[in-house]
This record gives sequence, structure tokens and C-alpha cells, in this order.
Amino acid sequence: MEEQPNLNYIKELSGGDLAFEEKLLGVIRKEIFHEIDEYQGNLKELRLHKASENVHKLKHKISILGLEKGYQTAIDFENELKEGNTSLQQQFDEILNSMVAFIRES
Amino acid sequence: MNCIVIDDEEMARVVLEKLISNNKELNLVAAFPNGMQAIKFLNQNTIDLIFLDIHMPDFSGFDFIQTLKSPPKIILTTSDRNFAIDAFEYECIVDYLTKPLSQERFDKAVRKAQLFNPDKKTSQAAVQANSSDPETELYVNIDRRLIKIEYSGILFVESKGDYIQINTEKKNFTVHSTIKKIKDKLPPELFVQVHRSYIINVKKIVDIEDNSVLIEKTVIPVSRTNRDELINRLNLL
Repeated sequence: MEEQPNLNYIKELSGGDLAFEEKLLGVIRKEIFHEIDEYQGNLKELRLHKASENVHKLKHKISILGLEKGYQTAIDFENELKEGNTSLQQQFDEILNSMVAFIRES
Repeated sequence: MNCIVIDDEEMARVVLEKLISNNKELNLVAAFPNGMQAIKFLNQNTIDLIFLDIHMPDFSGFDFIQTLKSPPKIILTTSDRNFAIDAFEYECIVDYLTKPLSQERFDKAVRKAQLFNPDKKTSQAAVQANSSDPETELYVNIDRRLIKIEYSGILFVESKGDYIQINTEKKNFTVHSTIKKIKDKLPPELFVQVHRSYIINVKKIVDIEDNSVLIEKTVIPVSRTNRDELINRLNLL
């Protein structure tokens, strides 16, 4: 089964502190759409190094949302973007789509 | 321990604030989205520990550390595992945490910080520029940032049209300036002009031939007019 975003890390960190959970999710909601827009813009304009910096930021969110395989994909994609390659783009975009869907629902 | 957080990501700062609040040994004094704001704060405040992100736009965590004359204890927090080796170059770095941070690993790093350098009392971080010793370094303006370069780390300086390239042991810096201007800034006991386009650090010479000098792996031309001065600077047997 495909890996799905989850709140395991956030809940472990919060220790039941619901206000913290809501605060952290609020920040993720606030930042993620802007970061994805920037990433897509840089990719479209072939600013691959800039896009790699966007992926760098997004990969932290990927890990916070418990996507362990996704995190490794993000590391690989960040590195390949620095070298001017985009072969993992589709795979990475699928991770972003699953995160966005999860964030919208949660 | 009084601590601060420096991380450009708000999400990362929120996570660190939570980890810190869960640790009874720590008191979070402030959190900053970039190193420049933190430097201003450190000019007027004493803290014991910094949680520092490495990968930040414009001013990296390592750039930040290099601006501090007496850095307090620092725990690096990063998504990059690749910088761990670089971290060993700084005595102030206590630990290296990779994101996502767990409370258990975080607490372990804090315990290390408590034991780290026990003879040293709380450090006053001060920006080097405020008490800079003109004998040891200079600052160059690159992309609106003042970058500190230790004289002892400079290998040679090369003129490149309207710019000069300062070649150091770690990296090269291209600066809008002239050979004459930098020659006036560099300590004459350490540097000598060997060619109209080159100034070398005499401590970095590997060997000298008739019309060239080897600095690490780079062959630098020596002009006839400058050769005597170079030879006079050497401790010849």
C-alpha cells in the first residue's frame, strides 16, 4: 500500500498538547502552499538550483508528516536537481499531492 | 541554560520551541528567522546555547558561526546529513541533529551541551567586527554581506579586471576591488606582491622556481621586478 501522510510524529511530539498540534498544522498549512508554488515556478523556469532549495524546505514537512519513503525521495530529488536532472519530479509531485490532500482534510 | 533558536522555517522554530519547552534544563529566550537578527541580539545579550539551522538563504549557519568571536555552545539542526564533517571544524559545536527532531535525541544533545566544556562559563557572543583585530582578518563585501576572511587562510590574491579573487584554503571570493587596495590592507609581513596581478601569502609557498612560485597546487608567475623582494623575504639557508 502506498505510503500515506500521518500525524504520528506531531502527536508524539505534542504529548497530547492539542493547542500545539493545531499551531504546528496551521504553520504547515500556511507555508506549504507558498513553498509548492515557488517550487513549481522555479521548475517551470528551469531554475533547478532554486527548485532544489524549495525541495529542501518541503522535505522537512514531508518528514514531519511521517512520509519516510517520501523523505528519501525528496533527498534524492533535491540532489538530482542540483545536478540539473528532474527524473524524480513525477514521484515527488505525487508526494506533494498526497500531502496537500491530507493537509486540506486535517 | 538560556538558549535561542535560529531557523528560517517557522515550522522548524515551532517544533524546536516545543522540544525546548519539554526540557526542564532549557529556557528559550528568543527565536530568529535568520542569523543577522540573532547577531544583533547577541551583541546585547548573553546566552548559553544556540540551536542553529545550517541551510538558510543568504546567510548559512556556518556563515553565522564565523561572525562570532566567542560563540556559545551550538547545536546544529538540519535536514542535511552532508554537513556533519564540516561541523567538526568548529569547537563550539556540541551536537548535530538531523530533522525531524525527536524529543529523546534532542534531550541527549542538551545533556551533551551541559557537559560540554565544563570549565567555560557562559559565553558572551560578540560580533567580531566590534572588536576586530586588524592584524588577523579582513572583511569583504559580497552580495551585501560582509564576509570575514582570516589572513592566515589566504593563499593568494589574483587580479581579474575590475575584480580581485581572494583564494583561501576553504573557498575563493571574488570582490570588486584592485590589487593595490588589498595590498594596502594585507599585513606586509605575511604577503608579498610577486606580479602585477598576484599577491601571495609567503607562509603558503611550496617551492619557487626562476619565474614562478607554487602555492598549494597553483603555479603563480613571478615577475623579474618583484623577484628580489620575494627572495629577500625568505629564510634562506
